[in-house]
Amino acid sequence: MKVLLAMSGGVDSSVAGAVLLDEGHEVVGVTMKLWGGESDTGCCSVSDVDDARRVAQQLGIDHLVFNFTEDFNTHVVDPYVQAHTVGVTPNPCIECNRHLKFARLSERATTLGFDAVATGHHTRIGTDAAGVRRIARGADPAKDQSYVVHMLDQRELARTMFPIGGMTKADVRARAAQIGLRTAAKPDSQDVCFIGATTGRQVFLGSRIPFRSAVVRDLDGFEIGSVGAVELVTIGQRRGLDLGGAVGRRYVVDVDPVGGVVTVGNDADLYVGSLQVSNVTWGDAPIEGDVLVQCSAHGDPHAANLDADGLLHWQEPQRRISPGQSVVFYDLTDTFVLGGGIAA
Amino acid sequence: MRPEAVQAMLPFFSERFANPSGSHRASRDAMLAIDDAREIVADCLGVKAGEIIFTGCGTESDNTAILGPTRSAGGTAVCPASEHHAILHPVEHIGGRIIGVDEQCQVRMDELGAALDPAHGDQVRVVSVMAANNEVGTIQPLAAISTLVRRLAPAAVLHTDAVQAAAWLDLAAITPLVDMMSLSGHKFGGPKGVGVLWSRDGQRFEPLLLGGGQERDRRSGTHNVAGIVAFAEALRLTVAERESTNVRVTMLRNRLVDGLLAMSPCVVETVSRDVKLPGSAHVMFEGLENESLLFLLDQEGICASAASACASGAMEPSHVLAAMGVRRELAHGAIRFSLGRTTTDADIDHLLSVMPAILDRLTPTVEAANIAAGTRTSTSTTTRAEKVLS
Repeated sequence: MKVLLAMSGGVDSSVAGAVLLDEGHEVVGVTMKLWGGESDTGCCSVSDVDDARRVAQQLGIDHLVFNFTEDFNTHVVDPYVQAHTVGVTPNPCIECNRHLKFARLSERATTLGFDAVATGHHTRIGTDAAGVRRIARGADPAKDQSYVVHMLDQRELARTMFPIGGMTKADVRARAAQIGLRTAAKPDSQDVCFIGATTGRQVFLGSRIPFRSAVVRDLDGFEIGSVGAVELVTIGQRRGLDLGGAVGRRYVVDVDPVGGVVTVGNDADLYVGSLQVSNVTWGDAPIEGDVLVQCSAHGDPHAANLDADGLLHWQEPQRRISPGQSVVFYDLTDTFVLGGGIAA
Repeated sequence: MRPEAVQAMLPFFSERFANPSGSHRASRDAMLAIDDAREIVADCLGVKAGEIIFTGCGTESDNTAILGPTRSAGGTAVCPASEHHAILHPVEHIGGRIIGVDEQCQVRMDELGAALDPAHGDQVRVVSVMAANNEVGTIQPLAAISTLVRRLAPAAVLHTDAVQAAAWLDLAAITPLVDMMSLSGHKFGGPKGVGVLWSRDGQRFEPLLLGGGQERDRRSGTHNVAGIVAFAEALRLTVAERESTNVRVTMLRNRLVDGLLAMSPCVVETVSRDVKLPGSAHVMFEGLENESLLFLLDQEGICASAASACASGAMEPSHVLAAMGVRRELAHGAIRFSLGRTTTDADIDHLLSVMPAILDRLTPTVEAANIAAGTRTSTSTTTRAEKVLS
């Protein structure tokens, strides 16, 4: 097949290229330039593009750079910033996958005559008992990235490849070292690519939206402190609340940036019996009933019952989820992604 | 590169290897080659040999023309927004004034006049206007610009970046209008890594590079003898063949652009041929994306370009088209085909023969619809599926 390989300049996508070539595919590498602003991290710095190009040269494949900065701003950065003003914390990497890698890039790949787009995600595409194509967890449980690519539908699944999904991270690094790839020992990227690792979210958001102060109340409504920037407070947060002499550990259980109120409670107050999920997408047909649910990139799945309106009833009470976080549904064998949505 | 220029370089990598800045016979031999080259270049420009300064590239020449005079005598710089970044960035760096261009990319004379107004309170030390634009090919009205600058800012240095123009325009007709001119070897069949700054006698400017005092203290650094010799040889041949080359390439360019225009109503010719260099064919494909076009052209062995590539290699939106007021949607489909001395009828035939299939593949209904929708939509899915099946 003719495959367009998204190359970030990291070890995973580098080895993905080698695997595709082993399998006999015709491969062209591409690096997306996504963030046009300053950053000291992430996947579109000039040095990462250099790495991607050098790996492509080593593999003997062509390498392109596509400039998607406008789309990235429109679909990822601007919504990320705006969401913070209404107390929502989205996962920008997931929105990038949804709107850039598996939409903008795959659309262009099809236009240009490619059969598939491949990425270096640690996830697999499998077939369930009913013969339906689904995202499946990667072979390395510690690195599984099925959560961040959960939005792929049948059309995208048919033109997407995850060449290293069957390998562990150790396998990937060993393979990279074996063929002498310059990225073999490169550390994994951990941070949001457009936010500086040294300056952080506070500086990034602070230069784009005005921070508002808020009072901190306990669940009985008593004011027990204040915060300078309610936009930086997230549910479940314990540190940085400046509650003076407040007794015991207090966690944020609710954030209301418009009303200017942060509500804190005990650990037990974080637990709820249900979760409303919106903007649900499905790998195939919509599903109701018992599912396993994962609410963060490497969180444990928990059993729940999902109704037709996207309301999840947890089997056991679970910690509150910040609005904006992705909520992903897996089958009861914890193998396949069924769909996912956004915590309301 | 011109084969003659390659041949001219070779002895300076072997038997004539010496550094010209010495006193022994081998150095003198190398210096002879540079002196000869300097005279050849001066003749091509209709200027004195002593006014020719060899540099490392066009960018260095441009930077020197902006930073040199302002550092030595103070004052500010003025340039149009469509200049090459090698001018634009130094002008911005010193807080200079950027003026507008019209829809043909020619300088707005009223804005130039306003920028030179002494009411600004700072003296304009340098005005820089490129002879012809590297992206869209527009030739600037340097005679009118020169008249205006001399009248309103008689103390200003008028510089022109003639890097793109050198292969096509009579440089000896331009030098009387200006005080400084930049050239680069790679634009007319010479090597990369060698440039020229012509500076009229009497112009004072601070050099960018300090050191051994080469080029009469105007540009220190060991001479790139092979590059300088090849630069001169390529320029000499270019000037000798210019008229016949221009006639032939203009016909090829017209055939190419006319062919593209006839192919689809979505093709727009960016600027009028009346104000353009012969080798420039700049067109815009409404509704298409130049990154996709460039990839498919590359697959067919056709090397074209869009605006300019940034450090990462990504195509950046063109600041030239933005300065001309071109709509962003149209600018996204901008492609620059460059023709030259070696372009043949067969090249044009090949391009025109592969273009219909490329345009068909990039039919705006698919990709543009998805971009407009901002995401995957069921309608676009259907469109693509139908297209694949048909």
